[in-house]
Amino acid sequence: MTMLWVHAEATDGKVATITLEMLAKARELAEHVGCVMVGDADAVAAELGAHGASIVFSTGDLDGGLAGPALAAGLAAAIGAGAIPDAILFGTTQDGRDIAGRLSVKLDAPVITNVVDLEAGEGSLIATEPIFGGVTNVKTVFTSDKPGIFLVRPKSFEAVSVDGGAAKVAPLAVPDLGATGGARVVNRHVEESDGPKLDEAAIVVSGGRGLGDAEKFSIIEDLAKALGGAAGASRAVVDAGWVPFSYQVGQTGKVVKPDLYIAAGISGATQHMVGMKGSKTIIAINKDSEAPIFGVADLGIVGDVHKVLPQLLEALANR
Amino acid sequence: MKIAVCVKQIPDPADPGALDLETNTLKRDVKLILDESDSYGVEMALQLAESAGGGTVTLISMAPNAEVNGLRTALAMGADDAILISDEALAGTDALGTAKMLAKAIERVEADLVLTATESSDGYTGTVPAQISELLGIPSVTFAKEITVADGVVAVKRQTEAGYDDVTCPLPVLVSVTAGVVEPRYPSFKGIMGAKSKPVENLTVADLGFTAEQVGWAGGGQKITAVEAAAERGSGEVIVDEGEAYINIVSFLEELKVI
Repeated sequence: MTMLWVHAEATDGKVATITLEMLAKARELAEHVGCVMVGDADAVAAELGAHGASIVFSTGDLDGGLAGPALAAGLAAAIGAGAIPDAILFGTTQDGRDIAGRLSVKLDAPVITNVVDLEAGEGSLIATEPIFGGVTNVKTVFTSDKPGIFLVRPKSFEAVSVDGGAAKVAPLAVPDLGATGGARVVNRHVEESDGPKLDEAAIVVSGGRGLGDAEKFSIIEDLAKALGGAAGASRAVVDAGWVPFSYQVGQTGKVVKPDLYIAAGISGATQHMVGMKGSKTIIAINKDSEAPIFGVADLGIVGDVHKVLPQLLEALANR
Repeated sequence: MKIAVCVKQIPDPADPGALDLETNTLKRDVKLILDESDSYGVEMALQLAESAGGGTVTLISMAPNAEVNGLRTALAMGADDAILISDEALAGTDALGTAKMLAKAIERVEADLVLTATESSDGYTGTVPAQISELLGIPSVTFAKEITVADGVVAVKRQTEAGYDDVTCPLPVLVSVTAGVVEPRYPSFKGIMGAKSKPVENLTVADLGFTAEQVGWAGGGQKITAVEAAAERGSGEVIVDEGEAYINIVSFLEELKVI
């Protein structure tokens, strides 16, 4: 591969982990690695450069406009003008999906989604994607000579800095978006949580529907705190409104790969399993002995979370 | 207000799927049901039409066969009618091809608002909403956890990695909804009976102005080169709690040097 572009995402001048993970892989696969982004590129050029990007193309601030239509239009225009990468990697995030989807229409080229690995093939990248909740892997290649568009799942690669110098910053012009640019962000809300971040914590304690009701979720927070970890949740619990989306572990939420994952009252739906199966060690507590979660647990306890967890907390407190 | 809701009929998730190794497409010979993820969009559409003081809710769906089972569920919830794009040529169609078909059908409805799920439960590419919007040349607000419409403008609480954003956008617009945006209703008996006589228009690939070569596996622009079993994660000890299983957890945590 000659040139790969990686979509960079950042919050308050800090580059998202998924971006750094993709840069590590891109560096391995291509001679030249560039980043494409919306927002303030100067604030992140040093960090992106340290991780192997030589150049960052940015649309600059969008004044409340959404990344999807703007970056897709900017990229399509750049590609049309002859700046043609072999492929563009996007993280499986809200904005990543928006941009990749719109760009695919502009280039009339498909997107390969849910990518967990990339390798160099003959003139094309070969992507690996898990299907059926990770039971089977398929390998896919693009059959056209258009730039490949890949959506990469978080935690697929390890972010490693190579102490490269700051990336050069270059503007990416955004053509007139017409109606597609009509949406405006008028306010941003950050849902703060204490302790380590869910997708970075070494220990994650997650609760599911088996807890019974919203008030009982506090025991998950208590156990996470006692172990110095982060609290997570299954989709069922988030959908029921017990905890915010930022807690969700799974296909639609966060992918976590902690040293230790404790699943309490979680049966182990495919949707959940794809988000936590990569954990080093898994402990599951569930009253249903047939729950699929036991199939991936290193230690499984068939029992009532309302009995086992208080006992466990007390034992930890008495140490 | 005219609302189009994209819905997918999928094999029952409780009944695990299989890949046809000759064609590398999903085997879909089982009965298809309404993707649960889409029931939120249907409910949201019904509530928005109601609060707008009237409107129509049209379902847009695509399937290689003429399956209507899942559509009847959504019609029973209260949707007015449905367009089903069904054609044998569609087998193996990827997300972009799917978006092209759905967008063409949505154009016929002249919808003010297009609702979709954020991703299907069986394919989960999560790119179709953005693709449809781009094909229609309209804005999109994805990952909505709350939607209100007033004076031709939609206001959305859009889920983000950090929390949520308040986003506003003039109609027409596509909004993808997360599960939990609303509580889907159960179809009433009257609804189920009424759904049987609601109109379902069948359209083929040709009706939408495409040829068979532009869709299906050939139209995809990608191919599967290998299918292999993923490394299996073995399971360990399973203990039935008889009052002291917490001790097993404590010693396991000690072994891991977590405590």
